[in-house]
Amino acid sequence: MSRAALLLLADGRFPAGGHAHSGGIEAAIAHQAVHDTDSLQTFCRGRLHTTGLTTAGLAAAAAAGVNPLLLDDAADARTPAPALRAVARRLGRQMMRAARATFPSKDLERLAAARPQGAHQPIVLGLAARAAGLTPLDAAYAAAYENASGPATAAVRLLSLDPLDASSLLAHLSTDLDAVATAAARAADRATAEGVDALPSASSPLLDITGEQHAAWTVRLFAS
Amino acid sequence: MRHSPHPRQPQRTRHHAPAATQRRPVPPPTPAHRQKPRQGRDHRRDERPLGGDRLTIDVTAGDRAALEVTTAAATLALRGPTTAPATYDVRLTVGEHASLRWLPQPLISAADSNLRQTCTVELASTARLLLREEQLLGRANEDPGHLVSRLLVHRAGRPLLDQQTAYGDPEPGWDGPAILHGHRAVGQLLLVDPQMSMRRSPILLRPRSREGCAVLAPLAGGPALLATAVAPTSSTLRELLDEALTHALGQ
Repeated sequence: MSRAALLLLADGRFPAGGHAHSGGIEAAIAHQAVHDTDSLQTFCRGRLHTTGLTTAGLAAAAAAGVNPLLLDDAADARTPAPALRAVARRLGRQMMRAARATFPSKDLERLAAARPQGAHQPIVLGLAARAAGLTPLDAAYAAAYENASGPATAAVRLLSLDPLDASSLLAHLSTDLDAVATAAARAADRATAEGVDALPSASSPLLDITGEQHAAWTVRLFAS
Repeated sequence: MRHSPHPRQPQRTRHHAPAATQRRPVPPPTPAHRQKPRQGRDHRRDERPLGGDRLTIDVTAGDRAALEVTTAAATLALRGPTTAPATYDVRLTVGEHASLRWLPQPLISAADSNLRQTCTVELASTARLLLREEQLLGRANEDPGHLVSRLLVHRAGRPLLDQQTAYGDPEPGWDGPAILHGHRAVGQLLLVDPQMSMRRSPILLRPRSREGCAVLAPLAGGPALLATAVAPTSSTLRELLDEALTHALGQ
């Protein structure tokens, strides 16, 4: 395996379309629930331990070799908001295009054929990690890091924050990232024996509600 | 409804739904929708899971049965003699052409309580379900305890809905802007009905309100609608879920 592949997958410049999404922070800022670096950090931390844990679990399970179509059903069951399902599949489609070019594999080809409209993004990420020879824990780290860095980066633009504060915030979340990625990888290991119900399904009611609200806006800077 | 003789002991106890509703398939020859539903009421007026308690409820609506179960009063999770979490597991099974309405009163997470709750539902492909879950975080002017709750629904053997929520200290960020943002009442309403033509577009309830809001939307894995609501109080939460049900039934 090449550890450098993990840097490539987790890089915000990897052409997988993530930059167009705010991870719910645009809606939170509009509701004045997030207005400064402290409230941004609380937001990112809460999101990381809920949807972050769930997506990291799915990515790790895909990297561990759990059936990606069963994982896609499991991701649907864990994403009750249709707007967020659509976002996950759109991002999955974009990730698939980038992953097939960079880490081609039969697993990716099979999933692309079975889900032409896009599979849930963390599953594609997990298969790309597997193709690159990375571990389930690596895949979990990439998913968890993206979950926290997405809203932090978007908030820099939306609130005109100092980018140094956003980087500092992500550094403060390092321990949380370690805990989430480790828990996700452990659950993925259980899922290889027990099935997808062993994966985390941590969720947040407010992210589901505001995700649908945001999708109904006529003018918005980010797609989600 | 039977009480365990030692409900405070940290051992497995089992609460049964009324005998007429429990593990007894009702085999009427008429289709389910023509039956008057059998009604079960859980008469535990003072159900208080304490630290270390283990409660399990099993309810089965056999093929073609129609069953409605409510509770007489709210369930209150309290601090117990140990800091170990209490567990409260509900397992619901709904057979072919059967109907279950599971409408318990809210669960209240009192200060210093520690409860892990699961609700696991197995639906046959033709089963109908109406399920409501309401959680109140703390009594009046009280911080909540620690409440971890999982709702897992399978339909025809495939996952339809799988959600776990975790509120109260030490959960990271639980009261922050990504999760509850100060709301103290949270709930869901799930309607599964293969005979109904499900509305496809989501409905936003009170989207501009700061005093509670909800969304009603179709799930991916079957003929099902889910309402998710957050509110400052239990009464607003119930209003939102009732409003969502009216929309869900197309009224």
